[in-house]
Amino acid sequence: MSTSAAAVRMTGISKTFGGVRALDEVSFEVMPGEVHALLGGNGAGKSTILKVLNGVHHPDKGAIEVGGMPLSTHSPEASRAAGIAMNYQEMSLVPTLTVAQNIFLTREYRAGTGLIDDHEAEKRAADIFAMLDVFVDPKALVGDLGAGQKQLTEIAKAISQDAKVLVLDEPSTALAVSDVERLFVFLRKLKAKGVAIIYVSHRMDEIARIADRATILRDGRHVITAPLSELPIDTMIEHIVGRRSKGLSDVERGVAVKGDVLLELDNVSGRHKPENVSLTLHRGEILGLAGLLGSGRSSLARVMAGIDPVANGEIRIQGRAVIIRKPGDAIAAGVALVPEARATQGIIPDHSVASNMILAVIDRLSKGGLVDTKAANDLTDAQIERLRVKTASRDHAVSTLSGGNQQKVVIGKWLATDPDILILDEPTAGIDIGSKSEIIRLVRELAAAGKGIIMISSELSELLTACDRILVMADGRVHQDLPREALDDSSVPADDLAHRLQAAEQRLQIEIQKALAVQEVSHG
Amino acid sequence: MANAFFANWRQNIIYIGFVVIFLVFAVTLADKGFLNPNNLLNIVRQTAMIAVMAIAMTFVLSAGEIDLSVGAVAGLATVTVAMGIAAGGPIVGVGAGIATGLAVGMFNGWLTTRIGIPSFLTTLAMMGIAKGVAMWISATAAVPILSPGYSWLFGGGNIGPFPVLLLWMAVLGGLGHIVLRRSGFGRRVLATGGGETAARYSGIDTKAIKFKVLVISSLAAALAGMLYAGRLQSGRFQLGEGDELSVIAAAVLGGTSLFGGKGTVIGTIVGALMIGLINNGLILMGLEFSQQLIARGGIIILAVALSQKRS
Repeated sequence: MSTSAAAVRMTGISKTFGGVRALDEVSFEVMPGEVHALLGGNGAGKSTILKVLNGVHHPDKGAIEVGGMPLSTHSPEASRAAGIAMNYQEMSLVPTLTVAQNIFLTREYRAGTGLIDDHEAEKRAADIFAMLDVFVDPKALVGDLGAGQKQLTEIAKAISQDAKVLVLDEPSTALAVSDVERLFVFLRKLKAKGVAIIYVSHRMDEIARIADRATILRDGRHVITAPLSELPIDTMIEHIVGRRSKGLSDVERGVAVKGDVLLELDNVSGRHKPENVSLTLHRGEILGLAGLLGSGRSSLARVMAGIDPVANGEIRIQGRAVIIRKPGDAIAAGVALVPEARATQGIIPDHSVASNMILAVIDRLSKGGLVDTKAANDLTDAQIERLRVKTASRDHAVSTLSGGNQQKVVIGKWLATDPDILILDEPTAGIDIGSKSEIIRLVRELAAAGKGIIMISSELSELLTACDRILVMADGRVHQDLPREALDDSSVPADDLAHRLQAAEQRLQIEIQKALAVQEVSHG
Repeated sequence: MANAFFANWRQNIIYIGFVVIFLVFAVTLADKGFLNPNNLLNIVRQTAMIAVMAIAMTFVLSAGEIDLSVGAVAGLATVTVAMGIAAGGPIVGVGAGIATGLAVGMFNGWLTTRIGIPSFLTTLAMMGIAKGVAMWISATAAVPILSPGYSWLFGGGNIGPFPVLLLWMAVLGGLGHIVLRRSGFGRRVLATGGGETAARYSGIDTKAIKFKVLVISSLAAALAGMLYAGRLQSGRFQLGEGDELSVIAAAVLGGTSLFGGKGTVIGTIVGALMIGLINNGLILMGLEFSQQLIARGGIIILAVALSQKRS
């Protein structure tokens, strides 16, 4: 490979923010026609180097070449002109415009009269989708699309600008498995056309499937760049974390001591989903909900937490039927939900750690209508210590914390209500692997302390590590109720933890697919 | 650290600005009686009604809502109070004023939280309705107030050298400050405006919070109307006209976010006093009304621009 052929070459990039060295002499090279994974924990420098590449940050030191040409000005416009397109985690689409209008926003086709020609735009958009062998209706309003189709629209927008380098930041977070599959097909075609793709994700399984090479950063430094064939998942994790002990497969599973029945659902349905769900949760038990996006896992969680109404069925807590109409009822009944969308449902980003932590227990901390500041601070400090939240102080805004620590604040807020039943919906989404295993350990500790826990996760390895029992859901219904042991493959030696986890993951994956098949038959 | 000071400097611009403007006027307008205690107390008298409404507006904005009807509601309250006093004496008058605020506030709150009309529209419509009702029931004429006791307590009186209006402002300001900073209700207001979904998921009844802040705002507007009526010994629909802009400006100048989640009552009061200070200084300078409007607008834009966080 001739060195001048690199699609992107960043050499010796350094960047400091107010005394903190975010990037230290990092070099990063991506070839045309490769999918290059960029990996690292939170704070490793991934976003910083991408922001340098797309012109948001000026590097303090170092040089950038795009397609062999040095990039002399650092601005988003210059980067875009050089052929770099970035697909942000937060979508940059206008929901009230159509797919075609979004793709060609600011670059609209004009008819001879000088007026915008939507028809032509729709045709060209359809061409792009056809070329990539996916179907998205160019006339559909973006606001009406599902997450997967939005993601494809975002990418179509990027390539319609003739991008040479496509940067995807956690593109699969909002996608169902089938959409991820489609995204990969799409990326492989782009790759074949010589586009260089930089792929950022916390999901090792995806990276193992799509990436050709990976670069791993840690603490602002370059650790390794190697072909994926030389980087098995455990090695990747080792490089990201810096020491081996934090891999998921090392989280002690132990044997759960089941206590009394804590929660029973008897044919509970929501307005739309879930449908006729029955389940039992014991003290000390962690129950996992597995399934794809839209399978009704989060709807079930919302119904139990009083956010969505119960349309039918009965919820019993410690043998007594309870009526949960609003979140306050659920809290009073001892149910707490750590919700799916941390930034909007979990925290108030601009408010302090302390303000967030006491949000669900304001009344308990108040005397004569006034909040007892000392009690509030004591509670906050206790939770910060218990959960090992890394924050400069309890008065710092939660938005200044890393994702993992923000999630700990949400968990702390709910532990403050002293719930018997804790529901966690995707508690580790967008969190680095070190914090992930920390949160899983915490969940196990809470169960051991006698709480009943329901956990939702799209990362099967996490469910398998944390849970004692797993319900497989599809289309709002529970299809399987599997004890964790049922997913173990006895042919794999018990001491080869990583391998055993992988084998169990395959089995669970198969169960999820089976549930989908049942659903199709029953609807077909 | 330089950075910390810079951040603080922006956050505290209202206090710095207040002192700077005060000093500039004290020097340049010394010979025109700016520092005369009577003039300074006059500033308080002219500011009190704006301040009372702005204290409540701080809660409304902090909860992520807005109330554009305050000026018109104050005007309506001047009329209902005056008519009440004429019909049945001061107690009936005060009752009529409070009832006016309560009725308007509950209607605003009901439309906003139950029907789901944004408060911007609800209160914009209410602005017209309140003014129309005030004109209609008073037949657009001033209604005199012939109760010296009422006029003393609501706006006209003095305790020693201090105007009663100062007392109203100080008491309500102190109360508002403690409620917003320290009470469970205040925490819920800030949480509702800072992140409505997260607040709702945490068991806060965000609709009830929004309903309550809109009621508080209308009650404060009615009280401001009662103070106008007492000070001018009459009720007329024009009183309070256009005040909503000064009220919102006072809160925003003081550091309350128009987008919710952040508010300070002390800042709001200083913001209101600053607007009063600017008005007073510009008049003493001998500027024409047209020039005053332009200068005032310019100073407010400058102060708000300086207080914005840069990203």
